[in-house]
Amino acid sequence: MSFLQILWFVLIGVLFAGFFFLDGFDYGVGMAVETLAYNEKEKSQVIETIGPVWDGNEVWLITAGGAMFASFPYWYATLFSGYYLILLLILFGLIIRGVSFEFRAQSPEYRKPFWDAMLALGSLIAVFFLGVMFISMIKGMPIDANGNMKAQFFDYFNWFSIVGGVALVLLTYLHGLNYITLKTKGPISDRARNYAQALYWVLYVGEVIFALLLLFQTDFLRVHPILTWVCLILIVGFSVAAHICTFSDKQGLAFTFSGLTLVSLVALIFCGLFPRVMISSISSSYDLMIQSASSSNYTLVIMTIATVILVPCILAYTIWAYWIFRKRIEMPRVGDGY
Amino acid sequence: MNIVDLARFQFAMTTIFHFFFVPFSIGTAFVVAIMESMYVKTGNSQYKKMTKFWGNVFLLSFAVGVVTGIIQEFQFGMNWSDYSRFMGDIFGAPLAFEALLAFFIESTFIGLWMFTWNKVGKGLHLFFIWMVSFGTLASAFWILTANAFMQHPVGYSIKGGRAVMVNFGALITNPQLGFEYGHVIFGALLTGSTIFAGLAAFQLLKKRAISKESKQIYHKTMRLSFVLMFIFSILTIGLGDLQMQYLVKEQPMKFAATEAVMKTTGERAPWSVIAFVNPKTHEVKGNIDIPDMLSILSYHKTTGSVKGMEEINKEMEKKYGTRIAGHKMNYYVPVNTLFWSFRFMAGFGTLLALVSIVGLIMTRKGHETLYKHRWCLWVVAILTFAPFIMNTCGWLITEFGRQPWTVYGVFTTAQSVSPNVSVASLLTSNIVYFCLFTILAIIMIALVVRYLRKDPDDIENQEPKLADPFAKGAF
Repeated sequence: MSFLQILWFVLIGVLFAGFFFLDGFDYGVGMAVETLAYNEKEKSQVIETIGPVWDGNEVWLITAGGAMFASFPYWYATLFSGYYLILLLILFGLIIRGVSFEFRAQSPEYRKPFWDAMLALGSLIAVFFLGVMFISMIKGMPIDANGNMKAQFFDYFNWFSIVGGVALVLLTYLHGLNYITLKTKGPISDRARNYAQALYWVLYVGEVIFALLLLFQTDFLRVHPILTWVCLILIVGFSVAAHICTFSDKQGLAFTFSGLTLVSLVALIFCGLFPRVMISSISSSYDLMIQSASSSNYTLVIMTIATVILVPCILAYTIWAYWIFRKRIEMPRVGDGY
Repeated sequence: MNIVDLARFQFAMTTIFHFFFVPFSIGTAFVVAIMESMYVKTGNSQYKKMTKFWGNVFLLSFAVGVVTGIIQEFQFGMNWSDYSRFMGDIFGAPLAFEALLAFFIESTFIGLWMFTWNKVGKGLHLFFIWMVSFGTLASAFWILTANAFMQHPVGYSIKGGRAVMVNFGALITNPQLGFEYGHVIFGALLTGSTIFAGLAAFQLLKKRAISKESKQIYHKTMRLSFVLMFIFSILTIGLGDLQMQYLVKEQPMKFAATEAVMKTTGERAPWSVIAFVNPKTHEVKGNIDIPDMLSILSYHKTTGSVKGMEEINKEMEKKYGTRIAGHKMNYYVPVNTLFWSFRFMAGFGTLLALVSIVGLIMTRKGHETLYKHRWCLWVVAILTFAPFIMNTCGWLITEFGRQPWTVYGVFTTAQSVSPNVSVASLLTSNIVYFCLFTILAIIMIALVVRYLRKDPDDIENQEPKLADPFAKGAF
């Protein structure tokens, strides 16, 4: 394993962590449109909190996919062809969600509820199946000697992956609630905080079940005991910290901690996988390894140079965009897409 | 049905649908940026209304373009996993660059542009739309770098059963890329300006009261669009011509098919305006020929023989063999599809160039006759749909003409497909995508039609009241 291979494994993890931190609250806000807002005005208010930024956040997922293709083509090929129908569902969710913003803005009043529903449903589908995919992946999937995965229904859907999917839905929903609390003014902000305060109790139950399943269903504890425990403690610790902040009304901190919970989850997955990228349930000799799944050194060098130059720029203008939209949303937007 | 056919069908369907919206949004973003530049330069509020009005049409196309683009990216891994394994070392990098250098810019600045009309200064707001336009142009560059490699592989070597990149510089200086990028981008800018000219014509055709100001905005839109249509149609045709000459050398099979040349011609090759080929017997019927024209088009001189598909097929059988990785090879490409696609594409391109010249003459100051004749407006209006036909035809030529290869001369389509994906999965995804695309297209058209009931004058702009979240100790 070369330095660059490890670096790119970490970078793929960073991209997914960035995706869950940023797009995570988008999905939460999307789901909150149907579960938190009472009327069309409040729904507009909620949607507007993410209107200008969701598109940029979703690019983290596209970049993670593209970077995986470029730096670990064997991983990309096995994962994407193996999770065919799951990815189809994720894409379906992303599509109905992605068009709903603009279509809603351009639709007559009586059609807006339909696009609100599509936004919520699309967000829910996408994030639930992403959870199912990642969690079933760390349990191990039937990957053969050629790196091809031929899985059955119960390889994808089992107690572990379903709990993982639900937990991810809950985590992103809470992250979204914290974001709404921070970004809105008026009753919706208070309601979002009340929801979050109550839901964190449910999350703790989910986290305990998830941790138990993780310890029994994966080899993480055997392979990386210390890192696994550290990540698990971080996940619970950040959840508790976020929860406490919702009570003391430290809205910015609550949001930061709920984001860090998601980051810790990604860290748990990537630490546990190392030095593998995919785990074969048939035989550990069929595991896809960082060393053999990666691109050539030359490609990794080119990619590293580009990333070192571009990522600071991306972060700079992303932060700048958030700074421009730093104000709280008080009243629903009126008009046509502006 | 086998997985290769289904995967190919899906690729064709997704690419065509995606490519309805890509040139649409690249082109309209650019034209909208020009409109806003005119507003900033002149301070004329008509240009601001114009920018906002047409900007919404651009935003609709962008939304659909983005979501179908995600399918494209995932599709390589889902349907073509062996291709991804073989080519990932080279193909993935441009794709990752597209995300890093283009998608982030596009999506961040489009958000900024949409929501900051009253928040930032005019100059900064203009900068946002130009960044969006730059993002769309950069995005096309990187994805076409990947496509150009598939058409004309350069800067690679085969190691351990897969292609590895040895020269990144060669990848982005690929001669194929120069022609392809130029042709696609000018075509996209032509698409954007044609659509705006056409939609403005539709607006003027409606039998209802239009305010004087809205009418002036439509007139200005048409005038600007004609100027751009003229420039970009000439550039598109010019680049297309260069690309065809390049094809004569690099992909003779594709070229021969676009001209329906089955048997190698004599020194003075005639050009068929129309022809009907029987792909089984290789008979060419009903052709109307212009003497020497094909030699002129191919070599820019009156003499020069053009190789026929039969001869090229024999050469390729000799070079690559009749079997690759257990698959029986056939190097013929669908000749009728390519022949007619080329004629539709080039025909409409020429028509757009002519219409833009006539349009410019008929809309010049003091002689605005175009607006007085309904039939003239109808011609412009109907041409709204021409770019979609042209763009689709262009891709049919490019991608069908590349068969049976995914990477020309290196890796075949049959080798590329995912071995572990079932026919049932592919069938499911094809049906899902087909339904989604149909529904999205219907909604998109309905929303544009609905939107066009408004006039630029009606576009209001109300911003929400804002308060600072950091004022009360959030941290």
